[in-house]
Amino acid sequence: MENDLNLKATELRLGLPGSDEPERQMIPRPNKRTLSDIVSEGSRSTTEEDHQDTAPPAKVQIVGWPPVRSYRKNCLQGKKHEVEGGTGMYVKVSVDGAPYLRKIDLKVYRSYPQLLLALENMFKLTIGAYSEREGYNGSDYAPTYEDRDGDWMLVGDVPWEMFISSCKRLRIMKGSEARGLGCV
Amino acid sequence: MPKRLASSLSDEVLEHVFSFIQSEKDRNVVSAVCKSWYEIERWCRRKIFVGNCYAVSPEMVIRRFPQVRSIELKGKPHFADFNLVPDGWGGYVLPWITEMAGAYPWLDEIRLKRMVVTDESLELIAKSFKDFKVLVLASCEGFSTDGLAAIAASCKNLRELDLRESEVDDSSVHWLSHFPETYTSMVSLNISCLGSGEVSFSALERLVSRCPNLRSLKLNRAVPLDKTANILRLAPQLVEFSACTYSAELRSDVFSNLAGAFSNCKELRSLSGFWDVVPDYLPAIYSVCSRLTSLNLSYATILSPDLIKLVSHCPSLQRLLVLDYIEDSGLEALASNCKDLQELRVFPSDPFDAEPNASLTEQGLVAVSLGCPKLQSVLYFCRRMSNAALVTIAQNRPNLNRFRLCIIEPNTADYLTGEPFDVGFGAIVEHCKDLIRLSLSGLLTDCVFEYIGKYAKKLEMLSVAFAGDSDLGLHHVLSGCESLRKLEIRDCPFGDKALLTNAAKLETMQSLWMSSCSVSFEACKLLSQKMPRLNVEVIDERGPPDSRPENCTVDKLYIYRSVAGPRFDMPPFVWTKDEDLALRLSP
Repeated sequence: MENDLNLKATELRLGLPGSDEPERQMIPRPNKRTLSDIVSEGSRSTTEEDHQDTAPPAKVQIVGWPPVRSYRKNCLQGKKHEVEGGTGMYVKVSVDGAPYLRKIDLKVYRSYPQLLLALENMFKLTIGAYSEREGYNGSDYAPTYEDRDGDWMLVGDVPWEMFISSCKRLRIMKGSEARGLGCV
Repeated sequence: MPKRLASSLSDEVLEHVFSFIQSEKDRNVVSAVCKSWYEIERWCRRKIFVGNCYAVSPEMVIRRFPQVRSIELKGKPHFADFNLVPDGWGGYVLPWITEMAGAYPWLDEIRLKRMVVTDESLELIAKSFKDFKVLVLASCEGFSTDGLAAIAASCKNLRELDLRESEVDDSSVHWLSHFPETYTSMVSLNISCLGSGEVSFSALERLVSRCPNLRSLKLNRAVPLDKTANILRLAPQLVEFSACTYSAELRSDVFSNLAGAFSNCKELRSLSGFWDVVPDYLPAIYSVCSRLTSLNLSYATILSPDLIKLVSHCPSLQRLLVLDYIEDSGLEALASNCKDLQELRVFPSDPFDAEPNASLTEQGLVAVSLGCPKLQSVLYFCRRMSNAALVTIAQNRPNLNRFRLCIIEPNTADYLTGEPFDVGFGAIVEHCKDLIRLSLSGLLTDCVFEYIGKYAKKLEMLSVAFAGDSDLGLHHVLSGCESLRKLEIRDCPFGDKALLTNAAKLETMQSLWMSSCSVSFEACKLLSQKMPRLNVEVIDERGPPDSRPENCTVDKLYIYRSVAGPRFDMPPFVWTKDEDLALRLSP
């Protein structure tokens, strides 16, 4: 199939008399930073740095993209603002080694055991029980959270109400780091 | 009896025959057979559809069709849904209502989409049409509950009031109470777009209890669970219901009341709403699930495990709208449980977050395409895709007629090969021969348009964004797609050449939208001069396009065919070739 239709030769253009149509500049495309970079490397286990130190670059929002109707956007976002205002109930949960983040609504849970069970179901892993002295000793995973001050704490260390009001995001650590957290 | 060329049948007989011809397309064909058929047909046409309210004037419609009972009008272009059309662009219904009020006293159905509807228009409708039955305002704006009160008070035979996805101002009028106590004809009521202040429960309950023919009820978000149960008990004959649920901790008395109410509804086939639903309440609907054909969970933040459970109870499902929380695993469950599925729409729960919010990839769509043999219509938002997946989908589902894929990040390539999606979408248009609607996304070169021009012969609507390399792309589409009616393009390097070369094609189409492309104002003026039956509107809020350098491109361009000539209600930011300021009257 020929690629070049040689429009000039067919002379059907309605160009301005005497003008040779100037090559229109291709409009600059938005930055090609794509998610495919992240996703295609999804199989490699992410390191601590990836999750903590690199804050996602401020995303320039393109008007009208993605094509989600305002009506729908308002419904979802309105809900988020209702819930997130002040108390930060929707928090992101990351799991070491998983390429996807989840968001959960802390308001739905009443206690640590409920929350931990939900996390176990969500990510198909075993966290086990918390003990004050040994943390999650014996488990490959340890749930941690970032509090208002930016410190990373072990989930369960503080009373539930205090946890709910200060938790900004959750991270389920894996491996030796996790086991190390048990022994304070 | 005067001799007729086409037939010796009398007018009455012909009219009777024509009354069996409902489809507009067929009616148009009938009217073109000969002059006498044209005359007979125009007198007995009862239903009019105007896809672009500016393509024709109300006077022209009335002149040709004097006895219309039902009209459907659409106003703004589709991209208005995504805030690409500035406020005040147009789409006012009042001139139509004004003309029809005088000409069609027996008009009983008005259906509007993307139009500006004022309270004045609604009051005029209420006053002018004695037997008014159906009012559908889809994605409309400009009116308040005052206007609704006028309708409620005056339209004694109103059967349908559907405000789907419209923006309604709250004027604090208890409009529902304006339905008189003697009013009992409601069949379909959709007020899901209304805010919490705008619906009185007691008025609603009284209305529902006195309308025995009520089949479809879509309430708004603010109705709590116990009220929901009450309303269902008052209307067990419902076929469609929009369930509104507060987020609340599970209370077993509320739960069993709700479950009981649902179990009474033997006719229920369609459920939607589900805002703020707590998964623990979902089993309350299990008793109706086996009969459900349509489920809209696209406002519900239920996660995959609960969605899977729900979907596994719904083997008769034909239509599912859902958020990406369903994930690939949920879609696999859907594919194995719902063999009658015809339409799937998966929306993004967090469209503006760079990070994926849920484990939804191309795999889910592939699973449904393989598992659901009746699948025809797809709308799918995701963050990664492969050509291989698209080819699989195309080969297995040649019966697709609507395929709209949105890969959220512009210019995303095939995650397996790094290639553009030319081959994948090419397979879609090649295999799906009945495709009438297509939306493209991801990294795409001019090649994909070559495929589309070559294969997509039945395509009527094409949406393109961030794609293509040159004018050739646009040229392929305009020269190849024989059935094309609507083309909407944004952020593509398409310019004057393709547009001017294919000027004649534009008159065979309903409309063309191009924003953030490479079209110059000069080309727009030239096109407009050459094609008097096209309205070429340059929408540019930056100021007069003439005042900028010659090769500066226009911001937005909307071209549509019209027999009504230039419109009289253009706002200051819409520029046409006519510098005549007299055309700029306020609406």
